Amino acid sequence: MIALVGALGVVAVGTGLLVFTVNSMARATFLLLASFVAVAVLLIAFGLGYLGTVIVLMMTIEMMIMAVFMVMLMMNPAGLMPMTMVHNRWGSWAIALVVFGLLAAGAWLVPFPTTGRAAQDPTVALGDALMGPQMLTMMTLGLALLATIVGTVAVAVSRR
Amino acid sequence: MAAGAGAVTAGDHPATPVVETLRLLAKQRRRTPADDPALARIGLTVLPVAAVLALAVVPLGDTAPVDLDVGVVWFNAMEVLAWFAVWVAGWGPNAVTSLAGGYRMLPLGLAYELPHMLAIITPAIAAGSLAPATIAAAQHDLWYAVWMPAAFVLYLVSVAAMAFWGPFAAPLGRDLAGGAVAEHAGLGRLLLHAGRWMLLTAGAAMAVPLFLGGGAPPPITGPDPFPGLPALWFAVKLVVVIGLLLAARRVVPMLRTARFVTLAWTVLIPLAVAQALVVTVVVLT
Repeated sequence: MIALVGALGVVAVGTGLLVFTVNSMARATFLLLASFVAVAVLLIAFGLGYLGTVIVLMMTIEMMIMAVFMVMLMMNPAGLMPMTMVHNRWGSWAIALVVFGLLAAGAWLVPFPTTGRAAQDPTVALGDALMGPQMLTMMTLGLALLATIVGTVAVAVSRR
Repeated sequence: MAAGAGAVTAGDHPATPVVETLRLLAKQRRRTPADDPALARIGLTVLPVAAVLALAVVPLGDTAPVDLDVGVVWFNAMEVLAWFAVWVAGWGPNAVTSLAGGYRMLPLGLAYELPHMLAIITPAIAAGSLAPATIAAAQHDLWYAVWMPAAFVLYLVSVAAMAFWGPFAAPLGRDLAGGAVAEHAGLGRLLLHAGRWMLLTAGAAMAVPLFLGGGAPPPITGPDPFPGLPALWFAVKLVVVIGLLLAARRVVPMLRTARFVTLAWTVLIPLAVAQALVVTVVVLT
């Protein structure tokens, strides 16, 4: 298990780093997707089948929607000419290191439960947690996201 | 073109798929200048692999090859990989028609995916489970195709769209000289066309446990005339679903992607939400 987690972690971090070294949007998209899929496989290996599968599903759709935004907004939408994946080099280094530090500190400092037993069905437990105490948050988030999608499309469409 | 698509259409010989497969296997691959063959090959390979992985959780009879408790979500996740596969397969050759074909997959996906998700989650709500076998078993006295007809029809439409097939063949459109597949010859072309048929079959197969009672005989026939043969009932139902899809291709012309997106967001998604709402309210009360 430790070997599997280690290998998948290396794949996730490695492909994540490669995203910034390639010179094509499509390759960057593929590498980012590969990184997320490695994390998803990790979760499935932990027995969280629903969460892992949903990550594959959501991240694939997300990458493809990113490609739609590429077409809409980028100077070089087709990406057939090589381009660099980085800009504002030092600023982004600073932001990345600070965020990494915060997340890593969080992962080490949060008191994870070490005793007690796992939920009978992790999918049901997740649903209970999201739609029980956090229902208001999830409902607000869902509505806000839907309103954003519809609003963005309404603004972008030029049809009279 | 029709022969190139591996399709048996009117006038073609029934042996066309076999002949076409052998011809493509023997043919050399084609390269274009400044292409990205590695990425294109990843896409071409992912498509049939994703179709097989999607089919793996479908109960062929009463048990699935891989009995996953979140089978419905897994099926959805694998089938969505087709977006990515077609997009990079079109991107790789660095050619205009190919790229335009690959990009057509994105609005197509944005149009069909939400009705599709709502259509597959509606039977799951009714059965209270994400396992296809449990959903099939929950239909012993009423098929979900009868109980939730809108979800069933939306599912069939979205299956044709997710396999970018029939009315939704715009990514491989003739108006683009083959679109995403235009620059692929030999094995690559075969993988894309075969993967597409495999995806269509996987989608049709999933309709059987989700909406048609899986390997059980129809509830109206009384005692099972072929007891102990769930695979037979599954095969019969699968043939019917595929027949429905093939008939639809004969009737409906190819839709322009923009029109399908408008149709999806103004008609299909509200319809799918309404169907899910009705089923949820009935289940909860």
